[in-house]
Amino acid sequence: MIPALEIENLSKVYDNDFEALKGISLRVEPGDFFALLGPNGAGKSTTIGIICSLVAKSAGKISIFGVDIDEDFPAAKRYIGIVPQEFNFNQFEKGLDIVINQAGYYGLAPGLARERAEKYLRELGLWEQRDIPARMLSGGMKRRLMIARSLVHEPQLLILDEPSAGVDIEMRRSMWDFLRRINAQGTTIILTTHYLEEAEALCRHIAIINHGKIVENTSMKELLRQLDREVFILDCLEELPAAVAIDGFLIRRIDDHTLEVEVQKGQNLNAVFTALDVADIHISSMRNRANRLEEMFVNLVEGAV
Amino acid sequence: MNLREQYVAFMTIIRKEIKRYLRIWTQTLLPSAITMSLYFVIFGTLIGSRIGEMGGFSYMEFVVPGLIMMAIVTNSYSNVVSSFFGSKFSGSVEELLVSPVSNVVILMGYVVGGVSRGLLVAMVVTLVSLFFTDLTIHSYFIVVVVVLMTSTLFALAGFINAVYANSFDDISIIPTFVLTPLIYLGGVFYSMDLLPEFWANVSKLNPLVYVVNAFRYGVLGVSDVNLPLAFVMIVIFTTLAFTYSMHLLNSGKRLRQ
Repeated sequence: MIPALEIENLSKVYDNDFEALKGISLRVEPGDFFALLGPNGAGKSTTIGIICSLVAKSAGKISIFGVDIDEDFPAAKRYIGIVPQEFNFNQFEKGLDIVINQAGYYGLAPGLARERAEKYLRELGLWEQRDIPARMLSGGMKRRLMIARSLVHEPQLLILDEPSAGVDIEMRRSMWDFLRRINAQGTTIILTTHYLEEAEALCRHIAIINHGKIVENTSMKELLRQLDREVFILDCLEELPAAVAIDGFLIRRIDDHTLEVEVQKGQNLNAVFTALDVADIHISSMRNRANRLEEMFVNLVEGAV
Repeated sequence: MNLREQYVAFMTIIRKEIKRYLRIWTQTLLPSAITMSLYFVIFGTLIGSRIGEMGGFSYMEFVVPGLIMMAIVTNSYSNVVSSFFGSKFSGSVEELLVSPVSNVVILMGYVVGGVSRGLLVAMVVTLVSLFFTDLTIHSYFIVVVVVLMTSTLFALAGFINAVYANSFDDISIIPTFVLTPLIYLGGVFYSMDLLPEFWANVSKLNPLVYVVNAFRYGVLGVSDVNLPLAFVMIVIFTTLAFTYSMHLLNSGKRLRQ
């Protein structure tokens, strides 16, 4: 199967001799929901910049749905929709004009451009705001406007660079639903995000980039399987005794109603509940201390794994 | 992209440009009408009446073609420099750069946008001039050709300025310290015959001398420079500006990292 994106030995050295990418290789299958994670300055935005032609590569090869960007970049660009991290539209233009103009840059005739603009502005809940200058929109609306703009030519590969930045929780959830829907309809999505919960909730495959190198590239399930321990917070119904201990588990009393339990890979969590039940301690709720992926991410970028 | 799609993209850029300057018409169209009216009143009527004839015409008749050309030059230049730099500043130039539209279409879209503003302002200034003098046209063909070539040349110059500009100061430095002096020394207000031989020869290095005199020939039928030479010089300057603009776009200099 022709990959949606194939990167081979991609390198980038900026004019100031900073080596942003050190020969990375990556393959994203069609229809995938792919997370590209990494700390600030790791090379994520440089990679995306090269894919969409805003940054010139120093070496390496990129193909979009089999089209080599060195051979026919305009053809490759037609497959891509890009939602950048920063707002990059004319703030004085109306939302509808911004989306229609973008359609025009892809050669869509005015009638079709307006039809598509209406379709995506409606889907993203911006149709009522179509005649408002973009600067008057809220941060979340501006973000959704960029998504509508990126989709107007109906790309097969959508790249979103930090799409949830500055978006409130409710808006973020509705954006996730929208992205899941278009992914289910066949659009391949590559996402960079600092919200690891977002990557875990949406993406099936993940690559972690650090200091210009890919340090992990696998499925989300496989990555989470590599976790060797998890820490859970347990909220208790009754006041806890002064000391709580369970054989084989590291357990810590946080306050009168909260316990922290560390579960090693291979340990059975049921044993914890059984022991607590015997001790007449009843649990009302349980959660991870930190996002599971976050722990893994920190380990990987710190070189601990 | 096929030709039809490139044409759609080209028209999209032009429509966007025209919408932009019409939306802010008090900043883009009105100032030229007011400034030129003041020039007509002060230089044409008040001072001009005491100067007498220039080049065989009343001073008002003599300055009108130069002032129209001045409006075309400044407006076609400033439209492209402010619009393209604005799109660089806001990041919206990326909308074009990530799309499959070709560089020549991007350049010509902005240039035609600038030319259209130059022509619109020229029409306004010409209408204003009719309140002060009767305007007869010696050659419509020459007038149209010179106007189109000149506005194209200065729209291209505005594009080059915009690519190099890093701040809003940078887009006013060239118009203030280069373009305005060249316009004033380009024979808008006086005939080259008035200059000593040395300064008349120096003036021949000024591209504005050729565009002002070629346009004046189209309107009045007189010129301080040889007309074919004026056309050749305008074509050379335009070709150089176009080639360099395309080089900037193709190399991505100051536009892509």
